[in-house]
Amino acid sequence: MGSDTINITLKVWRQKNAADKGRFETIAVNDVDSHMSFLEMLDTANEKLILAGKDPIAFDNDCREGICGTCGCVVDGIPHGPNKAMTLCQLHMRKFADGDVIAVEPWRARAFKVLKDLMVDRGPLDKIIQAGGYVSVNTGSAPDANAIPIPMEVAEKAMDAAACIGCGACVATCPNASAMLFVSAKVSQLALLPQGKPEAAQRALSMVATMDALGFGNCTNHKACEAVCPKEVSIVNIARLNREFIKAGVTSEAEVDLPLALVPAAEKSAKPRAASPEAPKPAKPVAQSTSGGMVLTGSIYILTFLFVLGFIWQSLASFL
Amino acid sequence: MQLDSKIPAGALEDKWDKYRFKAKLVNPANKRKYNLIVVGTGLAGGAAAATLAELGYHVKAFCIQDSPRRAHSIAAQGGINAAKNYPNDGDSIWRLFYDTVKGGDFRAREANVYRLAQVSNNIIDQCAAQGVPFAREYGGMLSNRSFGGAQVSRTFYARGQTGQQLLLGAYSALSRQVGAGTVEMFARRELVDIVIVDGRTRGIIVRNLVTGEMERYAADAVLLATGGYGTVFYLSTNADSCNVGAAFKAYKRGALFANPCFTQIHPTCIPQGGDYQAKLTLMSESLRNDGRIWVPKDPADTRAPRDIPEDARSYYLEEKYPSFGNLVPRDVASRNAKEQCDAGLGVGPTGYAVYLDFADAIKRDGRDVIARKYGNLFDMYQNITDDDPYETPMMIYPASHYTMGGLWVDYELQTTIPGLFALGEANFSDHGANRLGASALMQGLADGYFVIPYTIGPFLADHGVSPVGVDHPAFETCAREAAERDRKLLAIEGRRTVRDLHRALGKVMVDEVGMARNAGGLNKAIGAIQELREEFWQNVKVGGEADNFNLALQKAGRLADYLEFAEVMALDALTRDESCGCHLREEHQTAEHEAKRNDEDFCHVALWEYAGFGNAPGFHKEPLVFENVELSQRSYK
Repeated sequence: MGSDTINITLKVWRQKNAADKGRFETIAVNDVDSHMSFLEMLDTANEKLILAGKDPIAFDNDCREGICGTCGCVVDGIPHGPNKAMTLCQLHMRKFADGDVIAVEPWRARAFKVLKDLMVDRGPLDKIIQAGGYVSVNTGSAPDANAIPIPMEVAEKAMDAAACIGCGACVATCPNASAMLFVSAKVSQLALLPQGKPEAAQRALSMVATMDALGFGNCTNHKACEAVCPKEVSIVNIARLNREFIKAGVTSEAEVDLPLALVPAAEKSAKPRAASPEAPKPAKPVAQSTSGGMVLTGSIYILTFLFVLGFIWQSLASFL
Repeated sequence: MQLDSKIPAGALEDKWDKYRFKAKLVNPANKRKYNLIVVGTGLAGGAAAATLAELGYHVKAFCIQDSPRRAHSIAAQGGINAAKNYPNDGDSIWRLFYDTVKGGDFRAREANVYRLAQVSNNIIDQCAAQGVPFAREYGGMLSNRSFGGAQVSRTFYARGQTGQQLLLGAYSALSRQVGAGTVEMFARRELVDIVIVDGRTRGIIVRNLVTGEMERYAADAVLLATGGYGTVFYLSTNADSCNVGAAFKAYKRGALFANPCFTQIHPTCIPQGGDYQAKLTLMSESLRNDGRIWVPKDPADTRAPRDIPEDARSYYLEEKYPSFGNLVPRDVASRNAKEQCDAGLGVGPTGYAVYLDFADAIKRDGRDVIARKYGNLFDMYQNITDDDPYETPMMIYPASHYTMGGLWVDYELQTTIPGLFALGEANFSDHGANRLGASALMQGLADGYFVIPYTIGPFLADHGVSPVGVDHPAFETCAREAAERDRKLLAIEGRRTVRDLHRALGKVMVDEVGMARNAGGLNKAIGAIQELREEFWQNVKVGGEADNFNLALQKAGRLADYLEFAEVMALDALTRDESCGCHLREEHQTAEHEAKRNDEDFCHVALWEYAGFGNAPGFHKEPLVFENVELSQRSYK
């Protein structure tokens, strides 16, 4: 594994803060070792910027081994760059050639506010989980772990879905900026496992409604999410989410407390508090949601129709 | 200084039960009146915040990442131990306790470790109930494997992503409480000071990493679950944001720091590519279950590994330690790798690597079985190095990975500052001088789910609700001091970047305070650290502004802490004039180059007390008493 040295040019998004309009800036980065990771290349570029008295490029990253889900930029139009099934931190400069011009942008989605340069606020993904992405089991109340046998293939399927790292690439690549793959991964994991079944209906309804309320779009079967997902979470999970959602809407008594689970907490924390000057603002609701709370019984039939179509289409696509 | 470890009296197996019976309880109706702060949302912090909120306390949780789901616990791969004895192979609470004490080379408290082994089983139950997709057998029962040094199969796992799945379990429990309004979550916050009023912890100052603003939060108690300090070595497997900052601020405010020189070097990392690289990728040591470690017998043998015949290979661990073979503890595996490389037998472009070979395992079990066990690790390795481990052996080398030392805590996990608790890797309590594989996840979750929810009660019941709010002058002073330090760092405008100086510190630490240490080297390190500290405060170039996101400023603060803390580490390593566990003083080795303990003089926890910037810290000891196990010379032959 001999190493080469290459010179590249970055066309990188610079934005001072959320209020700034932002623009592309051209930065030449010379003497890049081809064994460097993309983030190590940015590190070295930043060293030079700092020494030159310029503001370094802000980008999110942490574990640098592809599991924490912190890093991610759109590189040449593709979230996490050209490598399949990999996060940005796992992209290496040997993928690029001397003289390449590389465009680097933050995740773009209505629900993700750009904080600075390549950093965005993915807090809305946490809010979706808070709406139901859990099993309600208090510490101490669990039965013996082997009391509920789970067939290996079910555990494996659940694990496939649970592999999601919450990076947001699926949202960034989706033409609708939908978080359906993210939501479906959690709904699937817990719907597959017996532990998650008691709350399955409530979970599917609340998480989808919260996703809508936070400004994410919906799924129109582009499959771009699956293509860029660094953990190869399959859109079969979206089909499963649709089944769960329809089942819940048609057969269960569960009501969606969408914003009830979400907005009051946000409003509460938006009130001025001495200790918390930077309280999160409540998300802007989109057309199909109401700020007070959405009960799906009215629109569920239309949605059901659309979802059944999507479900059939996806099921066909995934089985053929 | 009077130290009370608060170990309950009575037989080892009854201590925890008796403690829980005798401990004062907080009336359920009163719990909501208490405000608790949890800093860090990894396994320990996330589990604690969720559980305390379930009990009714009002909790504010803080994390340095942009979401609590990203704490570095997520990167643990191999598994989590528990004494379930599902495989019926002779495990028990007592055996897990004994293995952990012995693995720690008899430098941990018996009572803490026994409690850890006791609650280990509850953890597995809890996580399974949360929907953590543990690996299963065909019949649907949980699957176990043997892991790093254990002769029983007691490790539960979720592919190679056990830490991720356990963390997401804790995160889901925490999210449920955030949704319910019982936990307020503050992401992208870094602790910069701990506010003490009249000797009691009253709150924290955090930097809002997005705006740069210093924010103040008051509470009746503060829990630090802020992880370890492995990044002091610059080269480490830790995430970029891991740092000693929170623990060090506690130390500066009077908390004692225990055994800072006990740091674990992980044997199975991907070797460094170049100077630009700080983060080394760790691969789970579960790989050692099926991989065989070897080097060529002849240093001049430059053939491709597959072309080197069996008789020209040295499987040095299997030869030296026939009963444990490739499963010897981490420090033994690490030191032996370094020994081989120092002797010129290392492989790869730098000569600082050894082979980890799966050819025999693939022949025995088939490629599919190996792929199911380690597929994601193999993929990761191939992406980073461009080599395919199914076809050619991996190359590995040790790197800093986990720190056993940490804030001193008593049996209740309380530091020497009343109202300040430390959990998980941030405390020192359970692993002694070395941690066994798959025990970090166990300890983090034990502290968070099953220990602190009980042990915080007596403090709160004794002290009542805190009347001190964020308008108290102590908050003002701490926030101002933190902002002043930032201004000072920005004003230096020198010529060396933070990263550059951190790299220099790391080199000193790896060379002299790393896998093997000696008095001469440690003294040299202390001098070098002092010089670097001086240079830092005169010649660092930070850049940017204080009132915006400024990573270089954050990192400058963290490095400033390390430049003080590294000296305490070296001093601790120098003062502990024995070898034990991961701490190998070259002056004290057995004939086989194993750590040679000196129980007569060093069977204690070494404690350091801050004495002001640049001053030598005070030294204290907590004697360790072993009533239930016999101190034996560790031998993995």
